[in-house]
Amino acid sequence: MARTLAPPAALAVHAASRVKARDGGGIVAHAILLAAVAVLAFPLYYAFVISTQTLSQVTSLPPRPWPSTAFLSNYAEAWQRAQMGRLLLNSAIVALGVAFGKIAISLLSAFAIVFFNFRGKQVVFSMIFVTLMLPVPVRIVSTYQVMSVLGWVNTYWGLTVPLLASATGTFLFRQFYQTIPNSLAEAAQLDGAGPMRFLWSILLPLSKANIAALFVILFVYGWNDYLWPLMITNTPEMRTAVIGIESLVPRTSQLPEWNIAMAAAMMVLLPPVAVIVVMQRWFVKGLIETEK
Amino acid sequence: MKRFVFRNRWLPYALVAPQVVITIAFFYWPAFDSLRLSLYRASPFGDRLIWAGLANFERLFRDPAYLRSALTSFVFSFVVTFAGLALALLLASLANAKIRGLAVYRSLLLWPYGIAPAIAGIIWLFIFHPSYGILPWLLSFVTAYQFNWFLKGWVAMTLIVMAAIWKQFGYNLAFYLAGLQAIEASVLEAASVDGAGPIRRFFAVTFPLLSPVTFFLFTLNMTFSFFDTFGLIHSVTQGGPGDTTSILVYRAWKDGFEGLQLGFSAAQSVVLMALVILLTAFQFRFAEKKVTY
Repeated sequence: MARTLAPPAALAVHAASRVKARDGGGIVAHAILLAAVAVLAFPLYYAFVISTQTLSQVTSLPPRPWPSTAFLSNYAEAWQRAQMGRLLLNSAIVALGVAFGKIAISLLSAFAIVFFNFRGKQVVFSMIFVTLMLPVPVRIVSTYQVMSVLGWVNTYWGLTVPLLASATGTFLFRQFYQTIPNSLAEAAQLDGAGPMRFLWSILLPLSKANIAALFVILFVYGWNDYLWPLMITNTPEMRTAVIGIESLVPRTSQLPEWNIAMAAAMMVLLPPVAVIVVMQRWFVKGLIETEK
Repeated sequence: MKRFVFRNRWLPYALVAPQVVITIAFFYWPAFDSLRLSLYRASPFGDRLIWAGLANFERLFRDPAYLRSALTSFVFSFVVTFAGLALALLLASLANAKIRGLAVYRSLLLWPYGIAPAIAGIIWLFIFHPSYGILPWLLSFVTAYQFNWFLKGWVAMTLIVMAAIWKQFGYNLAFYLAGLQAIEASVLEAASVDGAGPIRRFFAVTFPLLSPVTFFLFTLNMTFSFFDTFGLIHSVTQGGPGDTTSILVYRAWKDGFEGLQLGFSAAQSVVLMALVILLTAFQFRFAEKKVTY
């Protein structure tokens, strides 16, 4: 994920203040936005349409831009041919593992950094934050070698854990914890609550929005990551969905079964898109916060 | 204000331990190993490493294929970023009015962010398909030119540029819209009283006020098109035809994993690291006012 430092402050307040209406601007604005939405939606609509057509409909000209009757048979065929059940399960394990794993470790380390003084704190802090700079792709070959030393090639550990080595989550929780008033922690201590009790009963419930924001970003990242699972897996059973369906994309010498390929593509893109649509409010927050 | 801290000798170490261990094992170790590997080459049988000094880097900067890749990467990233942002800003400015249902539009614009670049690539691959795709078919009414991306590098490049812009465009637009809506009307009215026309107003007032949004989107789109488009290249063009769409990340992967030239690939990783560090330095330089450490 990217490492921008300038948050567009305007967005954080959800565009509270608005420009006054200008004469006639409304209709033009609606027209432009509707057109943009339609143009953006067209490729997805077209992919869906193809996924419902028969092979002869897909390969005949002119193209037919409306759905047909082969929906069920195409999706069933794609499901079976690509072992889609297994692929989606793998992607779900990776996406959820990355999301919850990173939320857990960054909640804890940010808690230690903000609510404790300890020797070497500054070193730990700098060490973690340097990782904001380098994404996985720039150290691919070496990370693979680390994996083979650990015996993690072609395992769920190998798929998930290396993606946790970044500071975006820690950064986000640290910023948030620093806004927590001292009185809250002091009161907890007066009541006899230890630090872990304070983390669990007070800090965690307060962090819900931040956790949700991070979850959306990390789930999408884990589900859609391509380079790492391509390198670290070497059997079809361990492939994640974005990679596994590639075998269904017809190459030049093959039967042009684009309807099957599109059915598979629709199934793979649905979960992350659904997460974004359902958790949209936190998605926008997460996009801004993790890019800080 | 002094921060409240809990007193505990060992707990903070236990709390940071998971992150520290993971960071060392999967960040520092591989990063330093890349640096080390970049100074070696594999023996003819591939069973041991031979000291090579800076030979890998020398070879890199003399290799016309690598330099072509670097150019391809920069052209691709700049086209995706600038075309994407310019179009988004233009549409957002035209659509900037107080209207109902902005939240609904935002939902309808943000979803493509969730589509993996590789999947976006497969969809656009079919749209561009020389035999069955809707785009070459439509173009065939206008011109006899064959828009075959299997054969023509620039068509393949257009394909991946379109797929990349498509995926990014919705949230570029959504963020610009929100940025524009947050600009106070009074500021623009003041400029208009001073006699500035709409175009002048845009460049003198609106665009500077939007610079945080532009900066944010610029970095996001640059990192996306430089690194996250690996899946798009791998699933659609595989760098081809020839090596016309072989961006730097794709080449580093190909030389390392298919060519098994570990030292050569590690040297490419080191160059990529240097580029990212430059980009980060650039961010710090231009954003330092907003950084709160």
